[in-house]
Amino acid sequence: MKRALLSGNEAIARGAFEAGIQVAAGYPGTPSSEILENVAKYKTIYAEWSVNEKVAMDVAAGAAYSGRRAMVTTKQVGMNVLSDALFYTVYTGLEAGLVVVTADDPGMFSSQNEQDNRHYAKLGKLPLLEPADSQEAKDFVIQGMAMSEEFDTPVLIRTTMRTSHSKSVVLLGETETPRGAVPPFTRNLEKYNSMCLYAKKRHPVVEKRLKDMALYAETFPWNRIEWGDRDLGIIASGVVYEYAKEVFPKASFLKLGMTYPLPRRMIQGFAKGVRKVIVIEELDPFIEEQVRAMGIQAVGKEIFPSVDELLPATIRRCAIEGGMLSKDKEEPPAPPLENLPGRSPVLCPGCPHRTSFYLLNKMKLPVAGDIGCYNLGTLPPFRAQHTMGAMGASIGVLHGMGKSGLPEPAVATIGDGTFFHAGMPALLNMVHNKGLGTVIIMDNSTTAMTGHQDHPGNDYTLSGEPTRRVDIPALVKAMGVEKVMTVDAFDVKAMEKALKSCIAFKGTAVLVARGECVFVSRNPRPAHVVETDLCVACGTCSRMGCPAIVKAEERYEKTGKKKTKIDPLLCTGCGVCSQVCPKGAIHEPPLGQVKRP
Amino acid sequence: MKKKSYKFLIAGVGGQGTILASDILSEVGIRLGYDTKKSDILGLAVRGGSVVSHIQWAQKVHAPVVGDGEADFLIGFEWLETLRRLSSLKRQGVVVANDYRIDPMTVSSGEAEYPSRENIMQELQKAAKTVHVIPGTRTALDLGDVRTFNIVILGALSGLLKSEPGVWKDVVGEKVPAKAARINLEAFDKGRSLV
Repeated sequence: MKRALLSGNEAIARGAFEAGIQVAAGYPGTPSSEILENVAKYKTIYAEWSVNEKVAMDVAAGAAYSGRRAMVTTKQVGMNVLSDALFYTVYTGLEAGLVVVTADDPGMFSSQNEQDNRHYAKLGKLPLLEPADSQEAKDFVIQGMAMSEEFDTPVLIRTTMRTSHSKSVVLLGETETPRGAVPPFTRNLEKYNSMCLYAKKRHPVVEKRLKDMALYAETFPWNRIEWGDRDLGIIASGVVYEYAKEVFPKASFLKLGMTYPLPRRMIQGFAKGVRKVIVIEELDPFIEEQVRAMGIQAVGKEIFPSVDELLPATIRRCAIEGGMLSKDKEEPPAPPLENLPGRSPVLCPGCPHRTSFYLLNKMKLPVAGDIGCYNLGTLPPFRAQHTMGAMGASIGVLHGMGKSGLPEPAVATIGDGTFFHAGMPALLNMVHNKGLGTVIIMDNSTTAMTGHQDHPGNDYTLSGEPTRRVDIPALVKAMGVEKVMTVDAFDVKAMEKALKSCIAFKGTAVLVARGECVFVSRNPRPAHVVETDLCVACGTCSRMGCPAIVKAEERYEKTGKKKTKIDPLLCTGCGVCSQVCPKGAIHEPPLGQVKRP
Repeated sequence: MKKKSYKFLIAGVGGQGTILASDILSEVGIRLGYDTKKSDILGLAVRGGSVVSHIQWAQKVHAPVVGDGEADFLIGFEWLETLRRLSSLKRQGVVVANDYRIDPMTVSSGEAEYPSRENIMQELQKAAKTVHVIPGTRTALDLGDVRTFNIVILGALSGLLKSEPGVWKDVVGEKVPAKAARINLEAFDKGRSLV
């Protein structure tokens, strides 16, 4: 059998291929995005970036109702958007298997909260699988598909950032021959139409199914007991099992691959076989509470924290404090160095968003922000997104600000992808309810932050097929917005003029700031240069927050401040800094010296 | 290659190619017969922020992360990031540092001072058994493509590990874009010749 080093996300994609999945949909979001990108490489699978997670879930439901095995992918907060659609599929069941993958983000590397999506299994009443490494990530898609069809339910697979983004060795298997033609659509409306009359009859089916699946969990091959030292019995799932194994190599383990519904008899048997039971889990006490409800005196969150990643070092420290481990005899490692300059992510050189945030900062306007690269407009030197909560929230929040009688005009910043995702209903709401405020749609022609996925504003799809491009200004006008302006995002003066005109408008205004992401255009111009003699070290250019703008060694004699220079390796020649320099000291290199490194 | 296990940490700045380097290093581990795991931070971190990759080679690897005080090799692509991850290095560990500085925004805006070269070297030498400074970026620029500096560093690492270059070069050739294979293999050889 062939072996490959795969990330959890690549392994899930491989699992989709081996399981004979034929339709896959999702919305990009870290740490889940690479799943669909890899699924799209298998020609037997139709894969798409849907406009948002809820739509993706509906698409997958429609495919599974039609007899095609289907998969949906989302990051953890996308599950909040998706769940409305997921929950009806639990009641209806499906004609072919359906697997939903949620990639959680303990440690909050790129999310606005640290929610534990295992609760969705309990809330929605569907089975939950938690892979510990890439091999299990692949296996659980295949097994999940089989469970889905056996029990007539969608199956939830929950990874975390570490399982999604870590690579480990995977044995590659064969693919099931995908189904050919499907029969005509099943007209079984008592099952597939969740009208209350019918849904009421489905609820007992759901409850019985949960009981059946709890029995199935007793024999689920990835729920297993590893007997070791009987003094300590550890219950763990997901990558935390691997962490705990490293900290407690000799203890007895109940390793759970299926964490809802739980195998009650197996857990009770394990608890009887050891002197003390501890549950080690990242984030919430999801397993612990259920184990304690079985009457087992398990210990968990009294010792281990509910916040952040639960890495081996934390497990070790907590176990020592809880008296389960003796102190390390080894000399502790060098402590991390303090007071090092921080290095936060920044807008790339050549980013079209830079102008907007430079102006918003300069004009000191209150800004309802949104999710995407432009969230970096929140950080210094801009500090120009004053709220940010969820995808598409900016426009609704702006409307609420507008209805609050603030003494100043307010602005929302939202990207093109996010506007399509959840901004459109909020803008319609502003139009209908006579909103007051300016929406800047920062159209960089891609879903940049998550890795440049396509969206309805592009003329190609995930599989690379040409498609119709939706024109944002035309769309916004059709939605009834009276004042719509479209400006080149790299033209600072034009942007300033348009922004002033929009905030003076008594109503809902939309400013479409157009400029391609540097990763889309890939058309860098020669790096700009600073004419050092003209530079007076005023610092205006550094307020553009561009990584290519750095301090020179040379100082301006009157103030003693360091002058500016431009790093030619980083500069893309977008020219925005040269437009704000009051001395005209920044420009394109003189003819004859144009050379890109 | 005698040791039973190795733990590596690669520290750099988003956009420097740490992930390609960690992919290559992991694949080399597999081909040398080790169980291998690696873990990268992706997402928001790619936009010029601090990035770090954990790579482990052993008979059996459990956790895909390298904890503080565990790394045999700290491979730094940029001075400040090398310094930032110094606590990952075990006593008697080895630092392989690219001789290159990228000012973070806090420095270019004048809020913070970049530590001096002397201070950096002092800290590194205090914590490590050996510090190898590799002119990776300079070498790559001379070769004609600054992006290949990560392969220069891997070339140097292969030499420090006393590992036969064949497997490494096979993997480099497979992992980089086909049209860039030749320059990357040159970069590897150059790097190897530097140690």
